Amino acid sequence: MFDISLRNAGLAYGDNQIFRNLNLTLEGGRWTCLLGGSGVGKTTLLRMIAGLTSGRSIRTQGEVVCGDGLPLQGRIAWMSQEDSLLPWADVMDNVTVGHRLRSRSWFRKKKLDTEVKEQALTVLEQVGIVDKACELPQNLSGGQRQRVALARTLMEDRPVVLMDEPFAAVDAITRLDLQDLSCQLLTDRTVLLITHDPLEALRLGHHVYHLRGKPAELTDAIIPPGQTPRSLDNEKLMMLQGKLLDRLRHSEHDEGSRVHKGDIQ
Amino acid sequence: MKDSLKPLLVFVGLLLFWQGVVAIFDVPSYIVPDPMSVFDRMVRDAPLLWEYTLVTLAEMVMGLVLGVVFGVLMALVLVYFTGLRPWLLPLLLITQAIPVFALAPVLMLWFGYGMASKVIMTVLIIFFPVATCCYDGLRHTHQGWLDLAHTMGAKPWAMLRMIRWPGALPALASGLRVAVVVAPIGAVVGEWVGSSAGLGYLMLQANARLWVDLMFAALTVLAFCSVGLYYLTDYLLRRLIPWQSKTAH
Repeated sequence: MFDISLRNAGLAYGDNQIFRNLNLTLEGGRWTCLLGGSGVGKTTLLRMIAGLTSGRSIRTQGEVVCGDGLPLQGRIAWMSQEDSLLPWADVMDNVTVGHRLRSRSWFRKKKLDTEVKEQALTVLEQVGIVDKACELPQNLSGGQRQRVALARTLMEDRPVVLMDEPFAAVDAITRLDLQDLSCQLLTDRTVLLITHDPLEALRLGHHVYHLRGKPAELTDAIIPPGQTPRSLDNEKLMMLQGKLLDRLRHSEHDEGSRVHKGDIQ
Repeated sequence: MKDSLKPLLVFVGLLLFWQGVVAIFDVPSYIVPDPMSVFDRMVRDAPLLWEYTLVTLAEMVMGLVLGVVFGVLMALVLVYFTGLRPWLLPLLLITQAIPVFALAPVLMLWFGYGMASKVIMTVLIIFFPVATCCYDGLRHTHQGWLDLAHTMGAKPWAMLRMIRWPGALPALASGLRVAVVVAPIGAVVGEWVGSSAGLGYLMLQANARLWVDLMFAALTVLAFCSVGLYYLTDYLLRRLIPWQSKTAH
């Protein structure tokens, strides 16, 4: 599995420099977690890697390079905080939306190809909601909707998965379940997970970075011990969580006080 | 109480109010006839009313269909041909800045006294709400869906057909609801300016001869047509876009 390197990456919205000269390597086949307070530019960084930053007022520098020399485009699956399920399509159609979006036919085929359908049923089975295949998203709970989103991500079957706080909107227990499930189903893929929850980062990440400051900078990687998904009764994990929470709080306070000083001047 | 009964109750209430005003203030029948005599007139002139109702209804429906088609096409052009936008938007606004009533005589001159001029009036009136609503809906596709489709390598046509178009339907539906309500204006005003058939024509003729009961009969039928058309549209939109209750309201 290839590594992905972000070299001298920089991005600005007009005069607002979000980050510059940022270097980050995502180890192939491993989970990299990126922590940071809100508004620090985590999502922007993720969107840049996904090739979703375009617009007149956005200036980007640097490049994203894959270890095997091929372009990254077309090899990523995207999973965002909101499940982005299409409200008019049932679970089956939502899971297979990628296939239909790429199909060359002008009008919707009455039936999905059998192999696509079987593959969809398999991933729905894996995430445990195969019985909901014909339901509309509005009839599902928040946790079930994220399961569908996960199934849709699996269905894409890409080597790289970019996740933007995918479990932020569900309750604590469901979140743990979804973390375990994703960890189990997305092993051996290169995953970049963005989160503001240190515990989530420490449970799932092989490398955990903290993005802070303005323009944002990355801290050195934390490499939590043990196999993912790490269990919650691990003392070392809890200690690391405490440290990280402290650091997150302090970096937010620092930013707050800096803004404050600026106001006075 | 069932929601479908409420409009009926409003109708009955209005009838009672009408009857009450006529009875209490002793309004002469050449100013406001009482509901019963209007009903009598309706029954007596039923064939005539029916014939003219069909004419006006046909004008409204044809205007609606054409107006929606043109409105949607205009919205698609505005969204996909960004270079044309600065040229088309002022044009669109000019068609609305000139009151359709002022255009009516010209339309009569160009398209004659038949149905065509009324249909065109209706199209002119409803084209704008449909185009703007559909344009808004297409422009404001939920960013999450666009990101997702983009990373999935969606083809532009598939993106429109499977993401942007269905995503714009709730907005288009509000445009359609407005369009259905204003469609009768186009048809009836068109008939007033010059025609030889239709409910508007009948009202004008009845008014000139002081057949106030016939005028009210035509007005009542017209109101029924408009209200019926609105509820029919609303029902169809609810059936066709069941998810809008969660997203748009």
